[in-house]
Amino acid sequence: MFSDYTASELVSIFAMQGFAGLTLFSVFLLMALGLAIIFGQMGVINMAHGEFMILGAYVTYLVSNLFPDYMPSLFGIYFFFAMIAAFICAAALGALVEWLMIRHLYRRPLDTLLATWGLSLILQQAYRSIFGAREVGVTLPDWLMGSIALTDMIEIPINGLFVMLLTALIASSVFVLMFRSSWGIQVRSVVQNRPMASAVGIDTERTDRITFALGCGIAGIAGAAFTTIGSTGPTAGQLYIVDTFLVVVFGGAQNLLGTIASAFTISQAQSTMEFFLSGSMAKVLTLLVVVIILMIRPEGLFSLKMRR
Amino acid sequence: MPTKGLKYLLPKPELIYFLVLACVIFMILPITLDIFRLNLVGKYLTYAFVAVGLVLCWGYGGILSLGQGVFFGLGGYCMAMFLKLEASDPESTAIQSTPGIPDFMDWNQLTELPWFWLPFSSFSFATIAVLIVPTLFAYIIGVAMFKRRVGGVYFAIITRAIASILTILIIGQQGYTGGVNGITDLRTLLGWDIRTDSAKYILYYINGILLFLCLLFAQFIRKSKLGRLLLAMREREDRVRFSGYDVANLKIFVFCIAALFSAIGGAMFTLQVGFMSPSFVGIVPSIELVIFCAVGGRMSILGAVYGTLIVNYAKTTFSESFPELWLFAMGALFIGVVMAFPNGLAGVYKAHIEPKITALMASIKRNGGLSISLLTNTAKQ
Repeated sequence: MFSDYTASELVSIFAMQGFAGLTLFSVFLLMALGLAIIFGQMGVINMAHGEFMILGAYVTYLVSNLFPDYMPSLFGIYFFFAMIAAFICAAALGALVEWLMIRHLYRRPLDTLLATWGLSLILQQAYRSIFGAREVGVTLPDWLMGSIALTDMIEIPINGLFVMLLTALIASSVFVLMFRSSWGIQVRSVVQNRPMASAVGIDTERTDRITFALGCGIAGIAGAAFTTIGSTGPTAGQLYIVDTFLVVVFGGAQNLLGTIASAFTISQAQSTMEFFLSGSMAKVLTLLVVVIILMIRPEGLFSLKMRR
Repeated sequence: MPTKGLKYLLPKPELIYFLVLACVIFMILPITLDIFRLNLVGKYLTYAFVAVGLVLCWGYGGILSLGQGVFFGLGGYCMAMFLKLEASDPESTAIQSTPGIPDFMDWNQLTELPWFWLPFSSFSFATIAVLIVPTLFAYIIGVAMFKRRVGGVYFAIITRAIASILTILIIGQQGYTGGVNGITDLRTLLGWDIRTDSAKYILYYINGILLFLCLLFAQFIRKSKLGRLLLAMREREDRVRFSGYDVANLKIFVFCIAALFSAIGGAMFTLQVGFMSPSFVGIVPSIELVIFCAVGGRMSILGAVYGTLIVNYAKTTFSESFPELWLFAMGALFIGVVMAFPNGLAGVYKAHIEPKITALMASIKRNGGLSISLLTNTAKQ
């Protein structure tokens, strides 16, 4: 399959596909970070995570439509406001869902899975009723359009670059939160030993709620980032959710570094193979390899050692 | 032993429940419904196979599989491949550039039958394949997962991933599988036209009988030592393991049985509906199958049948008149069943209706003929 291309063409193909893979990696990582925090801390599988992402995307879409009408001079930086709004909306909905639903189901992980699936159905239909079944896109400000030409064959789109920078920023702030803040200490102690954490006076219920809200909020930001590289439809979240779950499980559910490594591996593998095989076969192969590796090493690539 | 065996397998109340369901399926529904609706019920009952399998696997074994559609689909595809080959004999496909191969292969520029289609021209091979292929696939997944002690949520996610892999594969390999349209235009089974009304009646009854065989087998498992072991394993896996049982083998066995049931359902689905497509394989159908089981009651094999019928009836009615409400209702059903009625309809029946019926029966027994005069009295008033 390589013999049809010259060496320089191959280099450019790998560079371009590698870059496309990096954009995919950013979306995967933002989605997976939220899921991994929630799953790691509470053992809850949030099947509606994709819909929280789409909520963020729709909020961004709304904000992008509001700005030209009310504050046209600020249109260039609307995206930052949209991101904050997306985070707040998704986090608020997350906190509400946790309070109404998740906290009653903590001892039954399989049931949470079904209940959040029901939630995702409701949200999908709600999006369809409110925004219509057609996909919507946002108008990007000028500085996000276009691409940087590195050589005459390799071009890097600016929106992809922006999404990557954003992801790096958010991933590092999550790291700071988890490993440098007192909230992070609380979360990590709850992950390692819930009864003990509760015994030393950590309000585990409050920690749970904040964690869930934060995870959903990050998904909202992922949605905002998603609008710059694709269009948003009511069921777009479903396209990413299986891959994201595999990213989380593959990386070792409670390990953030593992999540990053596995998001990188999966997205790069998929994007590079996509060029040489058809898109569907690339996806099948990637998923298959991940499933097989998980069968060999069920605890994921990097697992946190802990007492049970 | 045989008489004792039957009494043990079906003690009196459960025998009555079985008979009531048999009455509903074999008498009431065929009498009251026209053939179009009956055919729909037949289609729903094929899902009930999967739901019964899920009761054993999820309710008893505690293994939630979100990929039962895979086995349903594999069973259905095995049957559809045989029917398709029979429908595309050289005479009826004479207008194709390569006569004698299924039409979708011709559209995709295939000039000969792929090797894995060849044995499906034999009916006995196809029937065996319906039973063996999905079960073997389940066995492989089971060995790979349960021997490594993967369970719970991880297992659910991986089965979900497998469901999406298989769907993408079927849709992507259009020339070999019929792609997104699936295998359509199936006409005859060994020369017998399956599209006539009389054939639909016969298939409905065959379907019902097969379902009852599966139900009896499931009942046998429930009553056997295996059923109790499964329950014990669901509650305290470690203790069962420490007692010297191989937990992995138990799980593999019950997972395979669930896959086998699903495959039979899939094959009957193809026969009754006349086509098979990837939309019955993927994630959405797989998870809908779980809700059928959950609504009926995850611990009750008969409840699963009723649950399947009721949810599907509601789905058809809703999506005929208010298509946009159906997803809301479905979502609410998931959340409501999980949070408020974890044991589904069967649980509601056991808690509220059964005590009243027993009280009524007891009063009839005590008062002999009095209850009849009681009835006539109320009628007079």
